[in-house]
Amino acid sequence: MDQLLWAVFDTLRAAGNGMMLSAQSDDPGLFMQTVNWISRRSEMLMELMLEHLWLVVLTLIIAVIISVTVGIIISYYESMAQTVLGICQILMVIPSMAMLAFMVPLFGIGFTTGVMALVLYSLLPIVRNTYTGIRELDPAIVEAAKGMGMTERRILFKIKIPLARPVIMAGVRTAAVMMIGIAAIAAYVGAGGLGELIFSGISRGHQPMIIAGAIGVSIIAIVFDYLLYYGEKRFAVEGRTREGN
Amino acid sequence: MIKLEGLTKVFPGHNIPAVKELNLEIKEGDVCVLVGPSGCGKTTTMKMINRLYEPTGGKIYIRGEDALQMDPIKLRLDIGYVIQEIGLFPHMTIEENVATVPNEKQWPKDKTREKVKEVMTLVGLDPDVFKDRYPTALSGGQRQRVGVARAMVSDPPIMLMDEPFGAVDPITRARLQNEFLRIQERMGKTIVFVTHDIDEAIKMSDTIAVMREGELIQHDTPSDLLSAPADEFVSNLVGRNRSIKRLHLIRINEILEDVSRGKPLNEDAKKDDIEKQLAESDIRSVIVVDRDNKLKGVIGVNDLKRKAGEVARDYCQDVSDTITDDATLNDALSVMLEIGEGYVAVVNEDDRYQGTITLGDLLNVVKEDS
Repeated sequence: MDQLLWAVFDTLRAAGNGMMLSAQSDDPGLFMQTVNWISRRSEMLMELMLEHLWLVVLTLIIAVIISVTVGIIISYYESMAQTVLGICQILMVIPSMAMLAFMVPLFGIGFTTGVMALVLYSLLPIVRNTYTGIRELDPAIVEAAKGMGMTERRILFKIKIPLARPVIMAGVRTAAVMMIGIAAIAAYVGAGGLGELIFSGISRGHQPMIIAGAIGVSIIAIVFDYLLYYGEKRFAVEGRTREGN
Repeated sequence: MIKLEGLTKVFPGHNIPAVKELNLEIKEGDVCVLVGPSGCGKTTTMKMINRLYEPTGGKIYIRGEDALQMDPIKLRLDIGYVIQEIGLFPHMTIEENVATVPNEKQWPKDKTREKVKEVMTLVGLDPDVFKDRYPTALSGGQRQRVGVARAMVSDPPIMLMDEPFGAVDPITRARLQNEFLRIQERMGKTIVFVTHDIDEAIKMSDTIAVMREGELIQHDTPSDLLSAPADEFVSNLVGRNRSIKRLHLIRINEILEDVSRGKPLNEDAKKDDIEKQLAESDIRSVIVVDRDNKLKGVIGVNDLKRKAGEVARDYCQDVSDTITDDATLNDALSVMLEIGEGYVAVVNEDDRYQGTITLGDLLNVVKEDS
């Protein structure tokens, strides 16, 4: 990761130098300013990126545990499903600023508050995908399993979850990418991460800082999405499609 | 073996029971086919036997034991279950699919592997070729075989089959039916078989239970059902052409001896011999076999004039289709109609020539019977 970033910086700097020569100007321009800022503050940037990543990963782990469990439970209790999904839906449409503000009286200022808010945000995609992934399995598969004498528990772990996994993983991916963005806003309540750069850049009117923060967030989002996608493919289930005749 | 007493099922929110006061007794080793129009309660009845549906009233006895008092998981592990949609697990290989019940019963690994191999071979799937494949890589007929193998692997004394051959084309279906009957002859399982196809019912069954609107109308052997339908509903179900349906009941090997047409020609036979046999033949053709008694082809009257040659091999033409000796007369009739000839050559499992059946033979059988 470190090396990769350095390689990116080097390329950017080289490109920037070239541009400067052709412009024949002493004013470095916003692009060069940003590159310079990043190369000067690379250590701090790395630290904030790691902090950001940690915030997202921790949240994601908590969110997956809670959401998958809830998703499985409501797949057994159809009557609960719409209510639970409705609540998750409402949580997700609350503006992030407002959500963070609600959290502060409960958890104070700091990392915990950020994590709590992010967990609430990521419930919907994972819960919904777990629920639909299980509900939309071919009923004949479940009936065959039951008719042959598999217990409900075994059906869940050997049949339902493995078959619904691609759909669940798609939900996790959606949640992860969304969370990386919202995590930047969580810096407002002192949760740390790249949001600090962006916010202090805004308040100081220091554009390179804002751009550096934004680039960091984007890189994390792209890499994360790619990793999750790749992981999902590796575990992909063969022939998951409904059996034809 | 299986005894249903006053079995009733009312689904929640329905006034009319899906199954009403059903009494049925199935003897050990018998294939009992439940037949009737859709919605008659045949599948519901079957699903109560392994308690996928809990009966509203009545009793189920399996080997004298009250099935409703048993642990449903234990009960189901000892009852093979095949459904029309098969329900293979798409994320597992064929081997893992077939090993489902042994894994649930926690058999030792090598015993499971042995048994899976054995049962796959039994249903006509080469384990070395198929065991590591996934269900999507199989044809419909092959999947049905896997479904049957999966149900049979732990050697359950009872099997429940819900239109197991419903989702395949008619030719594959006939072949699967014949194979299944051959397996059943060896295994002697007690089978409850659900279908809406009366022809399939007649072909597969030892006894047929006709159902309508949740009630059992008649439970009889197929030939009794054909000769003495209990009421108009049953006689409509079996249809007007009952004598043709009798063709389902008779297997080719049962009549093959009576219709013997003498020896087939050897492929090295001289032209004189061919002419002699052709003159005696009632189908204006003679069958040619090789030294191992394998079917080589057929020589018609015209072939002898049209072609040049010395021995039978030079004149003979390929036959478009044959039939195995364990198929029914009805299967033979379909093949004849399909190849457009008044006869069909019969071979055994190893492809050796057994005899020839003609339309006339079928006619005689129907005449004698009625």
